[in-house]
Amino acid sequence: MNLTLKIWRQPDAVSAGAMHTYQLADVSPDMSFLEMLDVLNEQLNDQGEDPIAFDSDCREGICGMCGLMINGDAHGPEVTTTCQLHMRSFSDGETITIEPWRSDAFPVVKDLVVDRGAFDRIIQAGGYVSVNTGSAPEAHSVPVPKDDADRAFNVATCIGCGACVAACPNGSASLFMGAKVTHLGLLPQGQPERDERVVNMVAQHDHEGFGGCTNIGACTAACPKEIPLDVISQLNKDLRTAIKHGH
Amino acid sequence: MSHDSHDMDMPDTVTATEASPSGSLDGDYDDAAGYYTPGTPLVDGKAPQGPIADRWQNRKFEARLVNPANRRKLSIIIVGTGLAGASAAATLGEAGYNVKTFCYQDSPRRAHSIAAQGGINAAKNYKEDGDSVHRLFYDTVKGGDYRSRESNVYRLAEVSTNIIDQCVAQGVPFAREYGGLLDNRSFGGVQVSRTFYARGQTGQQLLIGAYQALERQIAAGTVSMFTRHEMLELIVADGKARGIIARDMVTGEVQTHLADVVVLASGGYGNVFYLSTNAMGSNVTAAWRAHRKGAYMANPCYTQIHPTCIPVSGSHQSKLTLMSESLRNDGRIWVPKNQADCDKDPRDIAEEDRDYYLERIYPSFGNLVPRDIASRAAKNVCDEGRGVGPEVEGVRRGVYLDFADAIDRLGRDAVANKYGNLFDMYARITGEDPYSVPMRIYPAVHYVMGGLWVDYDLQSTIPGLFATGEANFSDHGANRLGASALMQGLADGYFVLPHTIRDYLADGPFEAIGEDHPAVVEARTSVTERIEHFLTVNGTRSVDSYHRELGNIMWEYCGMERTETGLKKAIDLIRGLRDDFYRNVKVLGTSESLNQSLEKAGRVADFFELGELMCIDALNRRESCGGHFRGESQTEDGEALRHDDEFAYVSAWEWAGLDERPVLHKEDLVYTAIEMKQRSYK
Repeated sequence: MNLTLKIWRQPDAVSAGAMHTYQLADVSPDMSFLEMLDVLNEQLNDQGEDPIAFDSDCREGICGMCGLMINGDAHGPEVTTTCQLHMRSFSDGETITIEPWRSDAFPVVKDLVVDRGAFDRIIQAGGYVSVNTGSAPEAHSVPVPKDDADRAFNVATCIGCGACVAACPNGSASLFMGAKVTHLGLLPQGQPERDERVVNMVAQHDHEGFGGCTNIGACTAACPKEIPLDVISQLNKDLRTAIKHGH
Repeated sequence: MSHDSHDMDMPDTVTATEASPSGSLDGDYDDAAGYYTPGTPLVDGKAPQGPIADRWQNRKFEARLVNPANRRKLSIIIVGTGLAGASAAATLGEAGYNVKTFCYQDSPRRAHSIAAQGGINAAKNYKEDGDSVHRLFYDTVKGGDYRSRESNVYRLAEVSTNIIDQCVAQGVPFAREYGGLLDNRSFGGVQVSRTFYARGQTGQQLLIGAYQALERQIAAGTVSMFTRHEMLELIVADGKARGIIARDMVTGEVQTHLADVVVLASGGYGNVFYLSTNAMGSNVTAAWRAHRKGAYMANPCYTQIHPTCIPVSGSHQSKLTLMSESLRNDGRIWVPKNQADCDKDPRDIAEEDRDYYLERIYPSFGNLVPRDIASRAAKNVCDEGRGVGPEVEGVRRGVYLDFADAIDRLGRDAVANKYGNLFDMYARITGEDPYSVPMRIYPAVHYVMGGLWVDYDLQSTIPGLFATGEANFSDHGANRLGASALMQGLADGYFVLPHTIRDYLADGPFEAIGEDHPAVVEARTSVTERIEHFLTVNGTRSVDSYHRELGNIMWEYCGMERTETGLKKAIDLIRGLRDDFYRNVKVLGTSESLNQSLEKAGRVADFFELGELMCIDALNRRESCGGHFRGESQTEDGEALRHDDEFAYVSAWEWAGLDERPVLHKEDLVYTAIEMKQRSYK
């Protein structure tokens, strides 16, 4: 198929960016979206134009490195990561708009590449269990109800891609934070630090410039791992409890 | 040896040859003659003696301690933040050392360990099915086709149980049974259930655990994290590894980072094949730069080709996707008995017209034979013309992995519960529904057992340079068993390196060196000159096009089956392509900003040199073992044939200079706790 691509180009973090239009012919429906961009980049390289910078690494939907706004949707029209989106989701003659994640907390590095370091700093604020190597008790000493373990796993599948933030009109990272708070809060190992974890993570979130949650739900709709919206309810509940406990 | 004596650099070559277990190698069988220089034998100076079960305890006791007050005066550089790197950085940070950690991705959580699906082995024996440390050790040595070092493997099995404890304490949500205890599954190559898992995303959950431990240390100030930084050179000053040259991939700044010790946890080099299941950015540069500075590269030809990947769909393919080997627990592999059925809808092919070839050839292990055997069997049936799926270059390269029986037996929900995410991934990539149509799979390069040579302490031949995880060669021999990569990465990072590195650091802090030290200046200059070269060639071909061509050469001649003729042809082709690359590559843009073509150019340049060495290593090893199958060395019925009398050694290669013959040092493999046998999975 033949496509018209409107793509955000921006030389670096400080320069102004703009949309550029490219034509791409003979796109196979079996290509992934990023393979389609690879082909475009080969074409640009041949023509002496700087290839378009975009992030990707595992290209199997798990590392969370890729992420583009495609026709205004984070990761495009399917519930998946950009790397797992295939061109069979588009049709011949279509115009596709491609932009970087939209959020002040994720500044553009170049073209479609953004800086998501704020996510790492939210985890640094408390998204862990403080257990030094070698000090762990025997794994079977603490049984965990299967339902809790399964739900903890489901929300722990967050890949930290940032689609939730990019999709949110407020630029909130509440789904990302809620997933971590819920994951660790469901497990006995996460209890000792439960209060201070949520308080410190929320404080860091706000400090990074992410917006507040107003229960719109665009985050969960865009999430390639289908993290449910109720992790945000859990986040708010844990925060209220922590405050009640005097944090 | 057929080398002329004046070709040999090393004066005691003759002694080396005589010291090999089989006496002398017959010159007629040295296929690699003329491609390398024989060197002195290599001995692991840290190899512990005594009963195998006591060796690790003894080494930990003998390794000198560093007083907590002195640890903060000692600095450690760790390159890579996968399981092996993040776990080591967190643990060494907790211990109080000054750690600097580097990754090329935008966050340490992206490292490719995250993509491991199936699970992690540990000798917990929770199923009371006869498992033990000794059995895990035995299975791993056997699975590695008796080409690994037994002391290392025993230690790996020994610490495996600690890993599970540690990860559970971190909040890793492993699969559990209704009673609340941990669930296990069985995995290829073994007959016990010892694999812990988190649905099909075990690597992700373990990496997130290590990442969170790492982020905790970053917050505590013991670890400094450098994301989007790529190591481009090792600094070796006064005989010791003392730092790295890294490029800030956003600003292009070339930086010097100095330390008392350097750890490479930079992963494997499967991307030398262009198409592999590795991440797009996975590369050999950190290890290769260290190799050029004196670190020996061990068994580089040992490549694992994973049997269950999604087949190639066309020339645009940028990477291959693995489907976890755990699928082989419930899926049945087959192809049509008759070529005429190969383009039919598989559901219309009658049971009696299907060849469940693994179950037929290997009745006791069936679909759970080790990876190398499953891969080669798939290649064989496709070469016979019985492959399925689309024709690529005239051959159907695919076999069915069928879940119809499992769905009948267990129900669709139970199958979905176990493999749901894998089925979804398959459907997304192929557009086919594996619940109703059998999956198509084909082997793909997945893991490399070869890597930097390390001693028992995980130290390379450069003092002060350590290598962990897939970047080293030590534990998997010629073939890695499923669910053992995660085990090794975390064993090295959490429980081995932190003990062994202190013995080296006990002599530190070492004399401070500055940016003006000749070794630093030399390393910086070589980095900047290389960058400058790529940006000024202004040729006509993209980096990717060279990479793809190199990958085709490697896959064709140094892939699932290697022969003397093919390998020699590959070496010529690689040399020619490499020359052309340096003259004709086209890298646009500047070095002062994010430049992904420039990054790739450096990596591909190193892949050329590595690829050549892999072929030379494969040429030298005129036997079939594990993932290395030499066409000249097989039984009458086509099974791999080892030659323990001649090849029970580790090949450790020393860099001799570009276009110079690399020097081969052999480390004899001696087994005291286990008897060498020909593998049989029949």
